[in-house]
Amino acid sequence: MKSFLKLTYMELKLQLREPVALFFTLAFPVMVMVLFGFIFGNEAEELLGGYGQVDLSVPGYIGMVVGTIGMLSIPTTLANYRELGILRRLRATPLGSSPVLWSQVAAQVLMTAAGIILLFIAGLAIFDLRIPNGNLAIVPAILLSAFSFFAVGFVLAGVMPSARTAQAVGMAIFYPMLFLSGAAMPRYIMPDFVQQIAGLLPLTHVVILIEDLWLKGTWNLTSVAVVAVVLILGLVISRFTFRWE
Amino acid sequence: MTQVIEVRNLHKAYDGVTAVDDVSFNVDEGEIFGIIGPNGAGKTTTIESVIGLRKPDGGSVSVLGLDPQTEARKLGNRIGTQLQEAALPERMKVWEALDLYASFYEKTVPWEPLVEQWGLAEKRNTQFGGLSGGQKQRLFISLALLNDPQIVFLDELTTGLDPQARRATWDLIRAIREQGKTVVLITHFMDEVEALADRVAVIDHGRVIALDTPDNLIASLNGETQVLFSVPNGFEAERLEKVSGVTAVHQHNQHITISGNGPLLANVAAALAQHNIAPADLRVQQANLEDVFLALTGRTIRN
Ligand SMILES: Nc1ncnc2c1ncn2[C@@H]1O[C@H](COP(=O)(O)OP(=O)(O)OP(=O)(O)O)[C@@H](O)[C@H]1O
Ligand SMILES: [Mg+2]
Repeated sequence: MKSFLKLTYMELKLQLREPVALFFTLAFPVMVMVLFGFIFGNEAEELLGGYGQVDLSVPGYIGMVVGTIGMLSIPTTLANYRELGILRRLRATPLGSSPVLWSQVAAQVLMTAAGIILLFIAGLAIFDLRIPNGNLAIVPAILLSAFSFFAVGFVLAGVMPSARTAQAVGMAIFYPMLFLSGAAMPRYIMPDFVQQIAGLLPLTHVVILIEDLWLKGTWNLTSVAVVAVVLILGLVISRFTFRWE
Repeated sequence: MTQVIEVRNLHKAYDGVTAVDDVSFNVDEGEIFGIIGPNGAGKTTTIESVIGLRKPDGGSVSVLGLDPQTEARKLGNRIGTQLQEAALPERMKVWEALDLYASFYEKTVPWEPLVEQWGLAEKRNTQFGGLSGGQKQRLFISLALLNDPQIVFLDELTTGLDPQARRATWDLIRAIREQGKTVVLITHFMDEVEALADRVAVIDHGRVIALDTPDNLIASLNGETQVLFSVPNGFEAERLEKVSGVTAVHQHNQHITISGNGPLLANVAAALAQHNIAPADLRVQQANLEDVFLALTGRTIRN
């Protein structure tokens, strides 16, 4: 337990010392929010149920944080640790493998939380973000989404031969998904067939899941199912593909 | 003398490709045991099987009376390892690495004195990526000593270091042994083994092809000494063939190499004096472990 806590704290410190990673995980979502916020404003609109554009985009930005950490941070970090023999060195101690893996998960959950808190701080400070009632259920929904995307990250980390390819492939999958899913811009402005494709993407369901809870307080069961299936698949596949060296 | 490691007929293949064919050796308590061999000989695989990191396909291994496969955690608390090609995160600071790794063991020695002893005190707040090669190695040794281990495994500790840093590391390795610990030292530097090891196993193609003290291995060559020097033009070296102990004389322009036994240098020098010749660049070359390897395999250790 002591090792797990130390590893988690250490991992968190390492993440915070990595300027590029920090930019993508923490700063980028806030920047997107601020940018679109300045373009569209956050006036309450009848058409939007009394909410403003920024209010409605928050679930998308949360999805963006979750996806960035799952598909970029985790694969790059772990592939890098494997490539440099950092995992090998850990393996040669009596530590065992679970604290290493779980500390990575724990640290990244904390990074996700930090990213989301920053979004709220920026939203409240700049755009007077409106917070709907009865929305605490987004916390377990975010955790479920995070675990699901982290599992995908562990698969990528195991399959990719190096940190460089892990990063390149992670970006190649993540960024198109980001823009189609409604995480970065609203889905309703997209053509129909694009929305249909978007409906097949896991990140879209993360966004829908959080959106429904955030605005209506209801669980979208289809989206829960999709996210849960991705989680299970990710766990099963990563069990077979994860490599320590 | 107590044996701390016993390896019998170790065999290990990766996907059908043999890495370790048949390796047996014992290590005695308190010795520096060298393992030497060319790239790909199976040294790392052997040692990783000994510490339980890899599962052997055949043979038996016992370390401190423990089975590395079934008692890995117990063993891990009693040995220290410096693995080949195993780094730390670039941005992890020296003290953070020590503090973190100390939490992995049941019992540890305080790391502050270790840092002092290994000359890293001023670097405790430096990130791993900012350390020199030699400093990294000293950090790795400190990490390997955190749990006050009985046996320390060092795989290619000095590869990539400049000669001065290598010599400094040798002193550190001697210091570890002086603390009563057993050291298993893998290297492909012959001079390192000659300088440090009490006994050495020469491994080639996954087999132990020789195992003895470095002195005995060299002596087993019936090693001839060579005397090398340069002479003025016109000197005919054949004249030296009759000098006592000389077995061969080679001349290449002014450069002369004389092979032989006994007090060769004294005899050759006396003969040259008789002919009123003052040799330039006079030096003596003794047989070393390189020659042992050459004699055993017909190849030099580097390719
Ligand atoms: N994880 C692995 N998977 C497949 N083959 C491997 C693996 N590790 C080593 N080998 C192969 O096994 C053989 C022995 O490798 P090993 O690393 O034990 O040699 P070594 O003597 O330590 O070499 P070096 O001096 O280069 O470190 C080599 O042919 C190597 O390519
Ligand atoms: Mg090796």
